[in-house]
Amino acid sequence: MASMRDIKRRKQSVSSTQQITKAMKLVSTVKLQKARSKAEQTTPYFNAMYNTICGMLAKAGTVNNKYLRDNGSEKIGVIVITSNRGLAGGYNSNIVKMITGSQMNPSDVKLYVIGHKGGESLAHKGYEVVKDYSPVMEAPTYADAIAISNDVLTDYASGEIGQIYLVYTHFKNTVSQIPKLMKLLPAEIDEADVEKAKSASAEALMNFEPNEEEALELIIPKYVTSLVYGALVEAVASENGARMQAMDSATNNAEEIISDLSLKYNRARQGSITQELTEIIAGAEALS
Amino acid sequence: MADNTFKVSIITPERSFYEGEATMVEFNTACGEIGVLPKHIPLTTVIAPGICTITEADGVKKAAIHAGLAEILPDKVTLLAEIAEWPDEIDVERAKKAEERAKNRLAQKEVGLDVLRAEVALKKALVRQEIHQTR
Repeated sequence: MASMRDIKRRKQSVSSTQQITKAMKLVSTVKLQKARSKAEQTTPYFNAMYNTICGMLAKAGTVNNKYLRDNGSEKIGVIVITSNRGLAGGYNSNIVKMITGSQMNPSDVKLYVIGHKGGESLAHKGYEVVKDYSPVMEAPTYADAIAISNDVLTDYASGEIGQIYLVYTHFKNTVSQIPKLMKLLPAEIDEADVEKAKSASAEALMNFEPNEEEALELIIPKYVTSLVYGALVEAVASENGARMQAMDSATNNAEEIISDLSLKYNRARQGSITQELTEIIAGAEALS
Repeated sequence: MADNTFKVSIITPERSFYEGEATMVEFNTACGEIGVLPKHIPLTTVIAPGICTITEADGVKKAAIHAGLAEILPDKVTLLAEIAEWPDEIDVERAKKAEERAKNRLAQKEVGLDVLRAEVALKKALVRQEIHQTR
C-alpha cells in the first residue's frame, strides 16, 4: 500500500491538473459561443451563394470554363483545416484520419494547411505541404479566405493541381462535430439541388451580365472563397466545441480520481493510527 | 404593401448587412452602373466597387459595396457583397493612405505589378472617400 505522503502528493497533483482543465473548459465555452454566433451569421451568405451557383450550373452545364473541366493534372490539392493547439480530444486526429483513410495516394497530394497540428502529423506521414497558413486560425477573416483561395486557384489554373478538396470539421451542434471531405473543383454540386434549381428557374429565365462564361469565371473564385471562409469559421466553432467536451470529461475524470485517492488516504491514515495504538498497547502490556 | 416596392437584401460573409423594402436600387456592375426598379428581368451580374443607393419609400440610404455578385429577380434583389460599409463605418484616413499607396504602385510601374489589383484598390479607396463625404 502506498504511503500517506505519496497519496497526498498525487492527490495534490491531480487537483492542480483539474484546476487547469476546468479553466480551459470555461475559456473554450466562451470562445465557442463567440465562434458559434459568427458561424451562424455566415450561413445566409453561404446558402445564397450556393443557391446562385446551383442555378447557374443548372443552365451553364455545357459552358466550357477552365474551372469546370478536367485540366489533366494527376495532383490533388487539399485544403486541410485543423487547430493550432492540442487538447481537443479527437478533433485533429479525426481530420488526419479522414485524409489517410481516403483513396488519395500520398505522393499525389499537395496540402494547403491551416493549423499546426494537422500539418505536422500529415507532413510526418509523408504528405507534401505546399503552404502553411496556420496563423489564420487564431481569428479567420474573409481577407484570409481570399488569400488562401487565390493561391489554390492560381495553382489550379496553372495546372499544378487537377482537383481541389477541402477537409474541415462541420459544426453540427455543441456536442457533435463531424469531419467532412468536400470536393471544390472541378465543381461538383449535388444533382438533386441542381434539379431543384432547374425547376425553380424554369419559370424565370435568368440572364447573365457579362455573358454566362465570363460571369462564371468571376463568380467561381468567389464561390470557392466563400466555402473556404465558411469552413474556417465552422472549424473554429468545432475546435472549441471539441475542446470543451474533452476538458469537461477530463475534469470529471480528475474528480473521480480525487475521490478515489481521498478514500485511500483516509484508509491509510486510519491504518496508521490503528497500528500505532496496537503498538502502544502491546508496549504497555509488555511493561506491566 | 404597395405594388411598387421590392425586397432588397445585402448579405456579407460577416453579417446580414441590409434587409428591407425599396422602390429602387442603384449600384455598379462590371458592365457599368445599373438602376433596378421593381419587376426587373431576372439577372445575375458581378458587382464592381461603388456606391449602392437604396431608395426606400421614406428616404435614401447609401452604402459602399466592393466586389461580389447580385441576383436580381422581379420581386427581390440579393446582393452578395464581399465587403459592405455604411458611410459612418468608413475610416477616411485609412482610405486616403490606401489611395496613395495604390497611386504610387501604379506610377512606379514595377515589373510584375498586378495592375488590375492596384486599380481595384485605388477605386475602393476613392469610393470610400466619396461616400464618406455624402453623410
